[in-house]
Amino acid sequence: MTEIRLSEVKKAYGSVDVIHGIDLVVDSGEFCVFVGPSGCGKSTLLRIIAGLEDITSGKVVIDGDTVNTIPASERGLAMVFQSYALYPHMSIYKNMAFGLENSKLPRAEIDERVNSAARMLQLQDYLHRKPKALSGGQRQRVAIGRAIVRDPKAFLFDEPLSNLDAELRVTMRKELAALHADIGGTMIYVTHDQVEAMTLADKIVVLQAGRIEQVGTPLDLYNKPQNVFVAGFIGSPRMNIFDATAEAGESGLILRCGPCAMAVPPIEGLAPGDACSFGIRPEHLDVTENHEADLVASCSLAEQLGGETYLYCDAEGLPQITAHRPGQLSVAEGQEVALRIDRTNLHVFDRNGQTLANGFAG
Amino acid sequence: MSDAAATSSRTIRGLLGATRGTNGRLHWTDVFTYMYLGFGVLLMFGPVIWLVLSSFKTSSALLEFPPTFLPLGQIEIQVEGYDDPLPLFEATLEDGSVKQLAQVRRIGIMSQMVDPENPGETIQVPINRRTEVREFRMALENYRDPLERFDFTRYLYNSVVVTVVATLVTLLINSMAAYGLAIYEFRGRAAIMLLVIGTLMIPITVILVPVYLVVTSMGMINSLWAVILPGAATPTGVFLLRQYMLTIPRDLIEAARMDKASEWAIYWKVVLPLAMPAMAVLAIFSIMWRWNDFLWPLIVLNRSEVYTLQVGLNAFQGELDVQWHYILAMTVVTLIPVTLVFAFLQKFITTGIASSGMK
Repeated sequence: MTEIRLSEVKKAYGSVDVIHGIDLVVDSGEFCVFVGPSGCGKSTLLRIIAGLEDITSGKVVIDGDTVNTIPASERGLAMVFQSYALYPHMSIYKNMAFGLENSKLPRAEIDERVNSAARMLQLQDYLHRKPKALSGGQRQRVAIGRAIVRDPKAFLFDEPLSNLDAELRVTMRKELAALHADIGGTMIYVTHDQVEAMTLADKIVVLQAGRIEQVGTPLDLYNKPQNVFVAGFIGSPRMNIFDATAEAGESGLILRCGPCAMAVPPIEGLAPGDACSFGIRPEHLDVTENHEADLVASCSLAEQLGGETYLYCDAEGLPQITAHRPGQLSVAEGQEVALRIDRTNLHVFDRNGQTLANGFAG
Repeated sequence: MSDAAATSSRTIRGLLGATRGTNGRLHWTDVFTYMYLGFGVLLMFGPVIWLVLSSFKTSSALLEFPPTFLPLGQIEIQVEGYDDPLPLFEATLEDGSVKQLAQVRRIGIMSQMVDPENPGETIQVPINRRTEVREFRMALENYRDPLERFDFTRYLYNSVVVTVVATLVTLLINSMAAYGLAIYEFRGRAAIMLLVIGTLMIPITVILVPVYLVVTSMGMINSLWAVILPGAATPTGVFLLRQYMLTIPRDLIEAARMDKASEWAIYWKVVLPLAMPAMAVLAIFSIMWRWNDFLWPLIVLNRSEVYTLQVGLNAFQGELDVQWHYILAMTVVTLIPVTLVFAFLQKFITTGIASSGMK
């Protein structure tokens, strides 16, 4: 069981800073997912933990030992690469045994470990094939198997599913979750796919431009985003975010945004006249009667999936609004739709994008 | 193209007889193509065939004019009453009849001949009225003599040792240098690579004397190491291998590092097997360079026990007398190994370009 701790980790390529001082603790046995848009530094951070990338300053601590100067081969971690990185000239067996041979394990033990990993991943029939002769999903399993046999202190996954097709990705995702439940090691997983992050993680780390935006459980991030970036990044389809101005109201504030004016209780840190923004997830927009509505918009596209319906609506002075309702809604394109914003799930952000309130009672 | 033509082209016969015209008729491009290809074969292969055929000719047949295409030898027959076999001629007698006679001896422009069926009587025939009776015969002594008497097997052995050892050393140290310059990123890497490539521009004649001095001071003159070591590190080889190694995905090397592989293990077990196609090319080059190398061995090898084939061949070329029949025969011998190596390794190159197995 392994705890990984980063403190004040910085990384610069020449004069360009890519990681700006990261503090993070990955607890023992935890499935931790780094998520963020392309170029946010999540892969770099993973490679820093792996030892494949130097750091400019700060400390990487694995199980209490600072490993800054310890090379990748000595850190005892295993990594699964996006490209799988299977050795093309070796059989699957050799691929999986390579790390063990380098550790000078006895033949019999190598054999046993490789075979048990192959059984676990259903690769027994392919052990003597070359990677070329395997499908994408099988190669992926070999790459994971190569990590498992090593019995590493922690597993590092660098976007392992991004080369697979959508269906296989869902299957492999489930297998990975089962694997984590099975062997229970510390795992760090990098992805740009927030669905993967939500489904797999014990803890999600949202990164942007080399900084941590928020760390928390998947539902924490969903329910209580700390800023507008996390609010927009987590959740699919993304949250509707409107720029608004606060005005004094009868019992608190009125958030005014184009045609929409919403009365909310007083919010700490938001005074009348301040610019702010508020966000509402598509699933928290109700389609109601006109008199209850916060805004009326015309539907420009309705996606009927049978079990659920997505509405894309336009209203003057507002960006496109996405609404997600369960069941089937008979809304035609061009039809007026009355939308009500669920106050208990309303997120309000200040002018800098920091969260002021996540939901209001009642 | 029809299916039949497509399937027939898969066999050698089908491939060689492939035409553009259908139903057995030749399109004009077929005629042109075959003529062009025939010309190419003649141009490329003609000298080699001429060499091989000539190597079986006797030294006198080589000097003959006009030259014959096939190696021919005069028939000699045993005639009763003469100890040595006599050469056979076709002579036109005074009465106009043509007869096969054996020549006993030649006196001036007359030759004294004898009829093998009637050995008692000698006939005088002017030498311009007789022609040699010849048959296809290979002068194998051209091969036998140098190999037995002139110690050519020794030269062959030396050449093989030089070629094999030098190629192995070249492959090892060039690939190690290439690994360093391809896999590691360090300050000055490009500058070092530029220096390596820069040495390509220095011709051997310029460095001949300094290298000779170094080799002498190390006491390697007249040992095969004097031939093997100076040329072992070749800029061409380092450049070739380095460029190939740059194409090996970095992920593989990093994966090996995560797999606790030492740098030597990464080099030996991951990079080297993947660089095999480039190694094969360099091996072919190195074998050809070493086998055909002449100038440098000539300078540093002065005793005949350490001669390589090329230097040995040179020994047949005296100041006054060139033993063409031996030179030709031994040239064929020196050609055989390179040809074989090329034939085998070329197959390795074309089939062995391993796809990296990554998307």
